[in-house]
Amino acid sequence: MTTGELTPARWSVRRPDRRAVAAVVAAALAVGYLLFRGQQVLPHDSDAAVFRSLNAARDWVDANRNSEPVFTFVVNYLRYGVALLVTAIQDLLGWLGVAGVITLAVVTGAVLAGWRIAVLAGAGFVSFGLLGLWQESLDTLALTLAAVLLAVAVGVPLGILAAQVRVVRAVLRPVLDVMQIMPTFAYLAPMTLLFLIGAPSATLATLIYAIPPAIRITALGISQVDPNAVQAATSLGSTRWQLLRKVRLPMARPTIILAVNQTLMMALSMVVITALIDAPGLGQPIMRSLERVNVGAAFDAGLAIVIMAVVLDRLTTRAAQRAGARSTSRTPAVGWRRWRRPVLLAAGVSPVVAALAVPGDGGFPDAFRFSFAPVVNTVVAWIELELFPLTDGIKNAVTIGLVNPLQTVLTSAPWWLLLVAVVLLGGLVSGARAAVVAGTALAAVAGLGLWQHAMETLATVLVATALTVVIGLWIGVTAARRRRFAAVARPVLDAAQTLPSFVYLLPAVALFGASRFTAVVAAVIYAVPPVARLVEGGVRAVPAPVVEAATAAGASARQLLWQVQLPIARRDLLLAANQGIVMVLAMVVVGGLVGAGALGYDVVAGFSQRSDFGQGLAAGACIVLLGVVLDRLTQGAGRGPAERGLRPRSG
Amino acid sequence: MKGTLVKKKLTLRLAAAVALSLAVSGCQGVSSDAGSGSDNAAKGVVKLAVNPWVGNEANAAVIGYLLEKELGYEVEEKNLKEEISWQGFETGEVDVIVENWGHEDLKQQYIEDKKVAVDLGPTGNKGVIGWYVPAWMAEKHPDITDYRNLNKYADLFKTSESGGKGQLLDGDPSFVTNDEALVTNLKLNYKVVYAGSEASLIKAAQQATAQQKPLLFYFYEPQWLFAKEKYVRVNLPPYTDGCDADPKKVNCDYPDYTLDKIASAKFAETGGAAFEFVKNFQWTNDDQNEVASYIALDGMSARDAAEKWVAAHESTWRAWLPAGT
Repeated sequence: MTTGELTPARWSVRRPDRRAVAAVVAAALAVGYLLFRGQQVLPHDSDAAVFRSLNAARDWVDANRNSEPVFTFVVNYLRYGVALLVTAIQDLLGWLGVAGVITLAVVTGAVLAGWRIAVLAGAGFVSFGLLGLWQESLDTLALTLAAVLLAVAVGVPLGILAAQVRVVRAVLRPVLDVMQIMPTFAYLAPMTLLFLIGAPSATLATLIYAIPPAIRITALGISQVDPNAVQAATSLGSTRWQLLRKVRLPMARPTIILAVNQTLMMALSMVVITALIDAPGLGQPIMRSLERVNVGAAFDAGLAIVIMAVVLDRLTTRAAQRAGARSTSRTPAVGWRRWRRPVLLAAGVSPVVAALAVPGDGGFPDAFRFSFAPVVNTVVAWIELELFPLTDGIKNAVTIGLVNPLQTVLTSAPWWLLLVAVVLLGGLVSGARAAVVAGTALAAVAGLGLWQHAMETLATVLVATALTVVIGLWIGVTAARRRRFAAVARPVLDAAQTLPSFVYLLPAVALFGASRFTAVVAAVIYAVPPVARLVEGGVRAVPAPVVEAATAAGASARQLLWQVQLPIARRDLLLAANQGIVMVLAMVVVGGLVGAGALGYDVVAGFSQRSDFGQGLAAGACIVLLGVVLDRLTQGAGRGPAERGLRPRSG
Repeated sequence: MKGTLVKKKLTLRLAAAVALSLAVSGCQGVSSDAGSGSDNAAKGVVKLAVNPWVGNEANAAVIGYLLEKELGYEVEEKNLKEEISWQGFETGEVDVIVENWGHEDLKQQYIEDKKVAVDLGPTGNKGVIGWYVPAWMAEKHPDITDYRNLNKYADLFKTSESGGKGQLLDGDPSFVTNDEALVTNLKLNYKVVYAGSEASLIKAAQQATAQQKPLLFYFYEPQWLFAKEKYVRVNLPPYTDGCDADPKKVNCDYPDYTLDKIASAKFAETGGAAFEFVKNFQWTNDDQNEVASYIALDGMSARDAAEKWVAAHESTWRAWLPAGT
């Protein structure tokens, strides 16, 4: 079904056919568009019956929240339990105070990841206080930790089950597939419907968003345990439980810590966005600054998020590496074994000692403050004044030249023509099954009454994806060919991949105000790093003899790239396009906050205007459906489950 | 000092948690406000919802400042969109909304039906919502202030975001607005585009005046900008009782609003002096505009702005303090 399985010989025979088919299909679609343009379009009706019935459902939930057993015994209990957990963590951090928390950060870093990370963690936490965001940072940390604790508590056992029980695996796989393309935004409306606003609701949203890697990577780790070890243990008479506890789990430990790392990073990016449903933390100052067009104040909070992301990421990555190193060298140094307990005990007690020894009112001392706000605001004011013709020109050129025409085509084409287009395109690129799934998902978008808005979002997504692929290709190819460029680019790309999506809105807003183009820019910045890395990896992986042979045959650098390296790296390029498009969708939707309109805006409006709740809920569902469509259409690379589990965050 | 307070809070909360767990383990369900610390006011903490426009912020700043300085409460400000604030009455996350615009449906639901909120009476501010153009446009095209002529001028208001139609610029998507329905129902060749916030709306209005750029926009009073620059309201079909009953079928102008304060029922019971104070709070549009322009125009922090106003208007706020404080 997928071309990846074909042998090169058959591939070269079939290629002309396929191209011809593609050309015929494209021509037919173009003719169809010209003939039927403006007919059977589905204009937006904000009063559609679907929305009204969803509103009615909301009213029912509201009225029966404290009487129906399903709420009083299940939903409200969940909310209550999570509220207790969050409050407990918040209270603990509050009790530890500034000195205690910083000590805790340093000690955790030292024990799990070594002294360098300890220094990094300490400096990071001090900087939260310096930026005047101590309390907000701790709230974000508390929500993130609560969500990750729950995600690991639920996700790791599920992952173990999935690795060992076929049925569980079969059920979980499609669910996780959908969850991983589901943008952060889509979770908010259903969460407020069931759990109302506030920290508990935010934590639950974060838990659901962040759990897929916990399940997937754990399953991967368990199933990749060396079969020889398993066999040896079995032949020695281990029971299944012993096998799990003594062999599989210890051997999968580095992978499981990696799962925690991915879950943590996803949770952090979600927690920031839950400021929209009244979660405390760093999202609040960002929202407030966006509302007041105060980019400088948002910059401080954005920086705090970046620092927290870097600290948490380094800490868990390094811990995973250490665990990996330890599991290969079974016997730790004898000295360490003797000192282990006392050292750990001292480490555990030290934050408490620090908390009791250092007096304070629980806040960071006011005397030490540093803010980038004035500087950033000066720069932004200068840009607005001096660069306005330039930024406005770029914005209008892309909007009028690319976004608008594409949007016109997509919204004026008959809906059935687009459906046919998606099915045919899906069939050509990703096979019949993907085509059917994509077509069904698109039909469901129409059924939800959000066709026009979905097409508007799609137009923005396609433009942003095109730009992402062009820029990602350029960076990736350059990095693969020039060592020095790669040395500079790689750490930047690494860092960029750990940042929560929300952060990327800020530079875009600073430069371009509120518009669809702002969302395009944010999406491109967000999605370029993974695309560039995949492209670089793909081009580098081209076997050296092939490159040498081509060069010897007289190929120029350009020919080498376009006729040898890129075609051979085709699988990675498709994977890059697939990831890029899903990430772009997630970001474009978040762009609804800064003028991108369409589905993302519907979601925002849905939880800020009662009469539009139904529309917002439907829009959330449409975003997921659109994600399924785009994912299936670009899935042609035929990647295995391993790649999916380990792919970077998408939202 | 606060360290012990935090510790006390911790034990209090733990005790509350244990008590609650015991209560629920009697096989009863729990309500949606479980675990949200419903005894705020008893602890001396008042949670004020601050909705995203500077006038609301001004109310909250002055109320919060006086609650802390004169009555010794601790104030927590919650940045929330207006309709979401009402949910906070149910979850225990909000004690007071300091400036409410109408929202009859929410009053029905939360005050009459669920009985989790109470009306604390007017803030003294008169609210106006409407469509405006800069003064120079009204001079140049005198008939533009009648909605029936708007289609004639739609071309003037085209932007790259308005899809070939005229642009009607709205503020924050969460503000009270019927504009999308109005554009549809009055058959106007316009598209509602959201600036995203009051701040960007004001920026656009100032640009429209300074650079003589055409702009049709959603705006409202109390609003400090009206004291600085002139904008002319566009006449929509006059408001009649009930013409806005169905939010999707509205075809009339906005009513005049008597802005009021809403509090949670729990705060009404246990809020003591703080509750009395908020209930007594009343000031004029000029008062609010003064504080708002300190914040928005002069770039003061909300707290400094409140302090400045409080220093100059003692006779006004003395009257709000409950007897015996």
